[in-house]
Amino acid sequence: MTGVEVHLREQRARGRKLLVPYLTGGITADWIEYARGYASAGADAIEIGLPFSDPILDGPTIQEASDRALARGVTTRSVLEELAAVRLGVPLIAMTYYNLVVHEGAAAFCAALAAAGVRGLIVSDVPLDEADDLRGHAETAGVELTLLASPVTGPERLARIAALSRGFVYAVSLMGTTGERDRVAGSAALLARRLTALTDRPVLLGFGISTPDHAAEAATLADGVVVGTALMRRILDGATPAQVSAVVAGMRQALDAGSPSEVSGSASVVS
Amino acid sequence: MSDVSLRPVSLRPGSTLVGRRTKMGDPDRLGRFGDHGGQFVPESLVPACQELEQAFREAWADPRFRRDLDRLLAVQAGRPTPVTPAWNLSVELGVTILLKREDLAHTGSHKINNVLGQALLARRMGKTRLIAETGAGQHGVATATAGALLGLRVTVFMGERDMERQALNVFRMRLLGAEVVPVTAGSRTLKDATSEAMRHWVTCVDSAYYCAGSVMGPHPYPWMVRELQRVIGDEARTQCAAELSTGVPDYVVACVGGGSNAAGTFAGFVDTAARLVGVEAEGGAAATFGRVGVLHGFRSYVLQDDNGQVVEAHSIAAGLDYPGIGPEHAHLADSGRARYVTVSDDEVIAAVARLARTEGILPALESAHAVAWVLRAADSGELPPGCTVLVTLSGRGDKDITALMERL
Ligand SMILES: Cc1ncc(COP(=O)(O)O)c(C=O)c1O
Repeated sequence: MTGVEVHLREQRARGRKLLVPYLTGGITADWIEYARGYASAGADAIEIGLPFSDPILDGPTIQEASDRALARGVTTRSVLEELAAVRLGVPLIAMTYYNLVVHEGAAAFCAALAAAGVRGLIVSDVPLDEADDLRGHAETAGVELTLLASPVTGPERLARIAALSRGFVYAVSLMGTTGERDRVAGSAALLARRLTALTDRPVLLGFGISTPDHAAEAATLADGVVVGTALMRRILDGATPAQVSAVVAGMRQALDAGSPSEVSGSASVVS
Repeated sequence: MSDVSLRPVSLRPGSTLVGRRTKMGDPDRLGRFGDHGGQFVPESLVPACQELEQAFREAWADPRFRRDLDRLLAVQAGRPTPVTPAWNLSVELGVTILLKREDLAHTGSHKINNVLGQALLARRMGKTRLIAETGAGQHGVATATAGALLGLRVTVFMGERDMERQALNVFRMRLLGAEVVPVTAGSRTLKDATSEAMRHWVTCVDSAYYCAGSVMGPHPYPWMVRELQRVIGDEARTQCAAELSTGVPDYVVACVGGGSNAAGTFAGFVDTAARLVGVEAEGGAAATFGRVGVLHGFRSYVLQDDNGQVVEAHSIAAGLDYPGIGPEHAHLADSGRARYVTVSDDEVIAAVARLARTEGILPALESAHAVAWVLRAADSGELPPGCTVLVTLSGRGDKDITALMERL
């Protein structure tokens, strides 16, 4: 599998808007089937949440998803083992909190990701200033550490985040936690514009992207979107992998329809 | 009864720690105390933390701010709090015990020292709201009090389980005009309330000030809260000098939840030969049973399972039900300058009863941890006969009556 950034740049070069759905690792016994569903519905990469007991950047839905996974006995290791055993055809990005990294030791943690075929890493509570150590270990292991940018990030920090982030730049569209919202936040447009002016690296908008319309709108501002809670809520409510895959496909279609040059043949699992 | 306090005490060999130069000074540029501390927050909170650090530095160096705070501490909080020789207990134990009486501070605990400082700072920064988490409710009550006094709206996040255990304080906060938000996630105690307060803070950083209740959270909180609590140690240092022929006690003991009353106390004695002892609840003893981790914005010792998941703390004292410990304490433990020990719930209840009976003082369950260790150590001979011990009584036990009625 190619690296996250190479892959995302390739897809973007085809005129495609990028779609990166999120899945809490181990949320159900058949969680890998959801990941397969994401991939076949046209995901360009998949974020796999490594569940943590105290997810301070997550709203109630992803908190509940993490709790459920943990109650099933899921661990960082068990998620990585299951991932190592499958080939999904798109880059995988681990998303988690720093305690799980520190617990294993950053070097061992990054090596374990790489060994499981996970090429990207996002750590919600490691901001730019604290990222040096982790970035070093990630680079050594061949893992791309993606940094997050926020609407309140000042110009200098934003430039450094854009320069040091790998894979893509995660533009947090709003001041808040993960969760569904009625509309794309007003702060998204400005942040996306500031970032795209600073860097040629893919810029993805995340947080609150809840519907195909949101995705299409956000994709006019940036290179693509990250979608999490809208999918996890359905999984928590008992939707099957095929049903959730159809939701991802709907997002894919909206992105393709809204994109300047449409790419066909990607939305294969629409039900 | 009077021969206890003035008995001359000589330092025993080995109790001099002058060679260990751990100071409780400023953390480094990244907010580190040794390997601990830092600013592990989502990017959305970084500007707020930086703004706060700047504002606190300026305020702390501004004589007018210091004067305003000192006056508030005097006329509102009732400072200085006395140091009380525990005559009868001293005779029973054969060691000289002095109590630093934070239980006599307004609202019933040391939490008011920190909160008055932060609320003044919030107002100076132009914020209109205070957000806080609370465990025992003491920090919440103190914050509600400061909010009422200084005209700031107050929202307190509190674990549902703690709301049951500390119903009296919930009522008090509401009476003081604060909004109390029940937290139903996870263990429904202080850890989850802290997470929820931080989640809420992200949504309103412009108008709201996050008022941390202990020496934890991202930089600058651990440093700032210690500075605001050092009034305990500074006062006690002077009071001990007047009370003891040796000037400085042999032992300085305080309970540790996040560690603010202990940090404030230790700060007054870290440059002396006094042995510093922090007492944690057996079921929440991060310094003893924790491993290095990152929780709520800082690196320190954290109670966690084999997979790196943070575990719930368990203590009869809601204020000590926290799975981490302030980063400066982790550093003091690493360097050996302070020692961290644990006591059990049963020892704590016995200590409450003993102090009530011997001195007519009803300590908070949290504070009784410090007393409990002294009882045990005097009994075992670890505290040599005739030595002097300063114990910080961080709060009073009125809030714990219901819990005690169930256990006694
Ligand atoms: C009376 C009292 N003592 C101690 C504590 C523990 O806090 P800290 O360790 O920050 O002093 C609390 C916390 O609620 C408290 O109410």
